Parts: sequence; C-alpha cells; structure tokens
Amino acid sequence: MTTVRVLPEQCTGCGECVPSCPVAAIEMRGPAAFITDACTVCGICVTVCPVEAIEMQHVAPAARPCEPCRGVWVFAELHRGRLVGVARELMAKGRQLADRKGTELTALVFGAAVEAPARELVALGADRVLGAEHPVLELFHDDAYVAACLALADGQRPEIMLCGGTVLGRAFFPRLAARLDTGLTADCTSLEIDEESGILLQTRPAYGGNLLATIACPDRRPQMATVRPKVFPAGASDPARIGEIVIRRDWDGRLHSRTKVLEVLEEVVQTVNIAEADVIVAGGRGMGAAENFALLEQLARVLGGAVAASRAPVDAGWVPYARQVGQTGKTVCPKLYIACGISGQVQHLVGMQSADVIVAINKDPQAPIFSVATYGIVGDALEIVPLLIKALGRP
Amino acid sequence: MKIIVCIKQVPDTVHVRINEKTGAMEREGVPAVVNPYDLYALEEALRLREAHGGTVAALTMGPPQAEAVLRDAIALGVDEGYHLSGREFAGGDTLATSYALAKGVEKIGEYHLVLCGKQAIDGDTAQVGPELAEHLGLPFLGFVRRVRESGAGRIVVERMTEDGADVVESTLPAVISVVKEINTPRLPSLKGKMRARSFKATTWNAEALGADEARLGFAGSPTKVVKIFHPEARRGGEMLTGEPAEVAARLAEKLRSLGVCR
Ligand SMILES: Cc1cc2nc3c(=O)[nH]c(=O)nc-3n(C[C@H](O)[C@H](O)[C@H](O)COP(=O)(O)OP(=O)(O)OC[C@H]3O[C@@H](n4cnc5c(N)ncnc54)[C@H](O)[C@@H]3O)c2cc1C
Ligand SMILES: Nc1ncnc2c1ncn2[C@@H]1O[C@H](COP(=O)(O)O)[C@@H](O)[C@H]1O
Repeated sequence: MTTVRVLPEQCTGCGECVPSCPVAAIEMRGPAAFITDACTVCGICVTVCPVEAIEMQHVAPAARPCEPCRGVWVFAELHRGRLVGVARELMAKGRQLADRKGTELTALVFGAAVEAPARELVALGADRVLGAEHPVLELFHDDAYVAACLALADGQRPEIMLCGGTVLGRAFFPRLAARLDTGLTADCTSLEIDEESGILLQTRPAYGGNLLATIACPDRRPQMATVRPKVFPAGASDPARIGEIVIRRDWDGRLHSRTKVLEVLEEVVQTVNIAEADVIVAGGRGMGAAENFALLEQLARVLGGAVAASRAPVDAGWVPYARQVGQTGKTVCPKLYIACGISGQVQHLVGMQSADVIVAINKDPQAPIFSVATYGIVGDALEIVPLLIKALGRP
Repeated sequence: MKIIVCIKQVPDTVHVRINEKTGAMEREGVPAVVNPYDLYALEEALRLREAHGGTVAALTMGPPQAEAVLRDAIALGVDEGYHLSGREFAGGDTLATSYALAKGVEKIGEYHLVLCGKQAIDGDTAQVGPELAEHLGLPFLGFVRRVRESGAGRIVVERMTEDGADVVESTLPAVISVVKEINTPRLPSLKGKMRARSFKATTWNAEALGADEARLGFAGSPTKVVKIFHPEARRGGEMLTGEPAEVAARLAEKLRSLGVCR
C-alpha cells in the first residue's frame, strides 16, 4: 500500500503544492498542507514542494529477485513485407543500448517471408535475428503474435525489449507485457541507461505533454518500451556486417488466432504519409476555412512537401485526421516545418519541435509557436503565403 | 448482449495551464470529467444495446470522487455502475490497473463485450485495453472506428491502421478500444439525469474482488516514476519584420539557402 504524506515539521505552509494537484486532493489545514482521500498517488506534489516536505511512502512487497535475463531485443515490424521506418530507428537505438550494456542486440521479425528483412536487420546492427514465418503473421493477429514471440524466446528473457508505437505495436506490446507480467512505458522520447544501476530510464510526455516523466521498471524483466516513429534517428546500414539468422517455419498449428483479418482497406487520402515528408506545410485554426488549405497545398507543391495540420482544423473537419501533427496525431521530424495560423500549444509542439528548421507565420506576436521558430513572421498567413509562393517561384 | 464499458475520471487537461513562475500545473477551476475517448465507448455500447437488446454496465477504478463518472454514464442511459475504490488501488500503473479492472469484469460476471476508450488523456498510454484483454484471456481489437456486425459469438469491426483500416472478425467475448471516428456521443436525457440523481454505485474494494493486493496499486506496479520535470523549451530564433512582400521575399531567400526547396 502506498501513500503520499506531508511531513508537518518540514512543511512551511507555502501552499505551492495545492494548485499542482491534478485531482484537488491537497488542502491547507492550519499551518501545513494536508492530503485528502482524493489522492491518486501520482507524485506530482512531491516534485513541486520547494522544501521536500512531501514524501511518497510505500510498503513494498518483498522485492522479487530479477529473473536471469540478457540482451536487448527489438521487435522489427513489417508492412507489406518491408521494414517500417520506426524499426530502423529502433535498431539504431537498440544497438546503442546494447553497446552501453556490453550485450548483444536481437531483432524479432514476423511475416509471410522474412529472409530479406532479416538480412537487412543484420546490416542495421543485429547480432542475431529471430524470424517467424507463417501466413497468419503477414497481418496483425494478436494471439498469433504473442504465441510466436514466446516460442522464439523459448524461455530466454531479454533485459530490454523495444517496439514501435504504431497501431500494431500499441496493441501487441501491452498484451505481451501483461503476459510476461512486467512493466511497459508507452511513447518514450528518450531511453538511457542509468550509470549507477544499469536500469533503463524511459522518458515520456505526461499530463498532455505539459510535463515529462522519467519511468523505470526496477525489479522486473524485460524492461519494455514503445517509441513513436521519427522520435529517434535511423542509423546507417552496413551490408558487410555479420550476424546470426534463425528463421522458424514449422509451427504445427501453434499459431491459432481467434481474430481474423477479412479485408485490408486502403484509403486514398493517406497516400502522403506526413511522417516521412522532408518538408511540411502545416495549417491551424488561423487558416480560417477548409478552402484556404488550397494555398498550403500550393506552397507544399512548390517546396516538394506535404500538408499537415494542428488538431483544430482536424476537429473542424477541414483536414483528415491522418494529417494531424502532435501528441494525439503524428510525430514528424522534417527538414523544414512551416506553421501557418498555428498557436503552438504544447500538444502540437511535442509532435514537431525536433524539425531542423521551423518557420512560423501568425497574426499574434505573443503566440507560443514563435518560441520554437527558427524564423518568425508576425502577419496574416492568407496574405504572406501567396507572396511566399510568388517569391519562391521567381529565383 | 451484455456490455461492460471501462471509463476513467480524468482532469480536463484542455484547461490545464502551467504557472510560469512556480512551474506547477494550475488546476484552479479545472473540472474532472469522463475521459473523452470513453464517451465514444459508452455511446457505442448504447447503440449496440439499442440494436440487439441487453444491458450496459459502466466500470471505473478510482478514488471516491470518481463515482461522478458513473453518474454521468447513468445519465446517458447506462443500466448499471460499478466502482472499484480503496487506497489499495491508488498509484497503479497500467498493469495494476488492468488487473484490477479484469477482476471487476469477472466479478460482474456474464458479459459478451468489454469496451474501452482508445486512451486516457491524462496518461495517454492506450495500454489498459490490451492488457485487460490479456488478463481476461480474450482477443483484443484496438483503434476500432466502426462495428460492422455483431451477433451470436462473433463480431466484425474496422480497425484503423496507418494507411486505412483492417476489417477484422473476432470471437466473442472480446475487448475492444474505440477511436472518436466511431460515432457522435449523445447528450444526457432529462430522464437519465433524474435516474442519475438517485443512483448509488456498487462499490468493491480489493477484498470484495478477491484480488491479490500485491498486484494492485503502487505496490503492484512494475513501473515507477523516477522524476517529473518540465520539457526544455527549444529557443526561438529570428523574427523577420517589414512589409509583407519584403518579408516573404526574405523568407524565400532563407529557404533557398537551406537547400530544401527545388
Ligand atoms: C490531450 C490533448 C491532446 C492534443 N493533441 C493535439 C495534437 O495532437 N495536435 C494538435 O495540434 N493539438 C492537439 N491538442 C490541442 C491543442 O491543445 C490546441 O488546442 C491546438 O493545437 C490548437 O490548434 P491551432 O493552433 O490551430 O488553433 P488556435 O490555438 O486557435 O490558434 C490559431 C492561431 O492562428 C492565429 N491566426 C488567426 N488568424 C490568422 C491569420 N489570418 N494569419 C495568421 N495567423 C492567424 C492566431 O493568432 C492563433 O495563434 C491536444 C489537446 C489535448 C488536451
Ligand atoms: N482507472 C480506470 N478505470 C476504468 N477504466 C480505465 C481506467 N484506466 C484506463 N481505463 C480504460 O482504458 C482505456 C485506456 O487507458 P490508458 O491505457 O490509461 O490510456 C481508457 O480509455 C479506459 O477505457
């Protein structure tokens, strides 16, 4: 059982913790703060208190010994038989973590034919690739994926396991984590090994991106994390690298699935995947109307880029959801990001602030987007964009 | 058809602001609400009930004040409300939370479908649904944008993917998480509001659930928050000022020198 408690001798009664509580569970009672039953033990107040007068206590169950475990494993997702971008990014990160720990990097790859991607994974840094080949693995079936994974692991427990925060990964990894009875941290933006303990420190946005939380899974293994596409850079591929490849093809009915994909629907609006674009022209509520996005399409054409949006135009139905950038949309990392009529709320910024160059065009000089912009222009996007298109057309 | 919908009470983060001076989150006047994604799950459950008959139960785990979300669900037309409450549940990560919810679902007993929202806006993990499915030993269908068919022991849904959707069939019972494209949630009716006023939730603690306390709350959570801090802001650069045409020309020049434009 866990509680958060105020140390009355230490509390100065400053009251700073009171507004920090997301569930209003702190009251001032006399000279000190008091934590009511509404507390959800989130721990935010502990970090806010300037005099360290709030502590989180827990009566831990007898710490279970860590199972013997070894190695860093990356689940490398295939889409239509080819490695997805985030798989390459995770191989680079996985290699780095394995080197830090002095251990080997294993890649898992499932599909109808995995020989070619397995060789590519060795080139991307795998010491060993465990492949599972079966028609049911070509598309995502959660029962079959978990069964294949456990069969390939064959009793080995990795120390760290990573997977892309894709639609597939976000359904598969939680299920696997629950089966392995271990922790999982979603959408990590940083993964580091702690110098002292050797534990994986997993940092992710919390409370709508307003704060970052570093999370650890100290006494269970594997330490599991998902990472969204484009958060980490992909590494170089070295075709001369050598690694072991083991592909299992004989499954003997062990990949039974209670779900079945009947049909795959592809949608035309999604032909441009904004997560892959080098140049993005994005519009926000400030574009005023759906029609005005045609201006952005035009600018994107001149720059050879794609059009994206903040959440406001998506909610208004001007732009399809597939083009939303931000915490609940896509994370992008283009060379150039042009934000037109976007205020720059934190939920939008988390999705685009690692772009190399950011241009902001906004009427309001106080708009937070300017605090991340490489170049800022205070003005009417509907006026500036056509002028910019003209200027770019005339070298 | 008996449907159980998992709903969570969350702070309405749309209104959360960070106090520039103290760096603390200001929740002054920030209401606690039903997690917005869970409203779509509730709506879908009500529509399935309207189409096939049966009952809809709402299940929440949270502190005493979380009972309010069950009252909101009743006002929308849900038949029953169950509240998992007690200090032993507090501070749980997704593994501990999904374990508790699984115990709750099992205690409610007979059911054909468990619905969740895509994710909770405070934690944003989208993990509780699939973990709950694993604890219950059921298939999981995530990011569902449409239920095409549902009937005796079988359901067909459209599950969103990066470039479209998969049409997936599953056996029932199953656990499903829904996205906001699935429907437009209704507003509470007057009759519903009247019912909500006199509604009393069925409340269970760990003991009533027969749950293993070592797997609940903070103690049962493999993940621990090491620290919470403020993102380091990227710093702003150069402001281009002047007449619009002149500014546009200077920006075009900058972009050309970056070599990003053809
Ligand atoms: C849990 C959660 C998740 C979220 N996820 C996302 C997400 O993934 N992505 C996202 O974008 N948002 C997300 N949001 C919403 C986010 O908080 C903002 O509400 C949203 O980003 C605002 O969009 P906007 O900047 O287009 O609109 P506004 O904030 O309304 O800004 C419009 C801007 O346009 C400017 N403007 C108006 N007219 C003109 C003109 N003619 N020329 C130039 N400028 C003009 C205005 O000065 C203003 O700055 C999320 C919110 C929450 C709570
Ligand atoms: N404490 C809770 N009580 C009831 N349902 C919950 C709770 N936490 C999460 N859920 C359900 O799980 C979904 C995903 O939550 P999360 O994994 O926290 O993003 C939510 O949309 C809810 O349907």
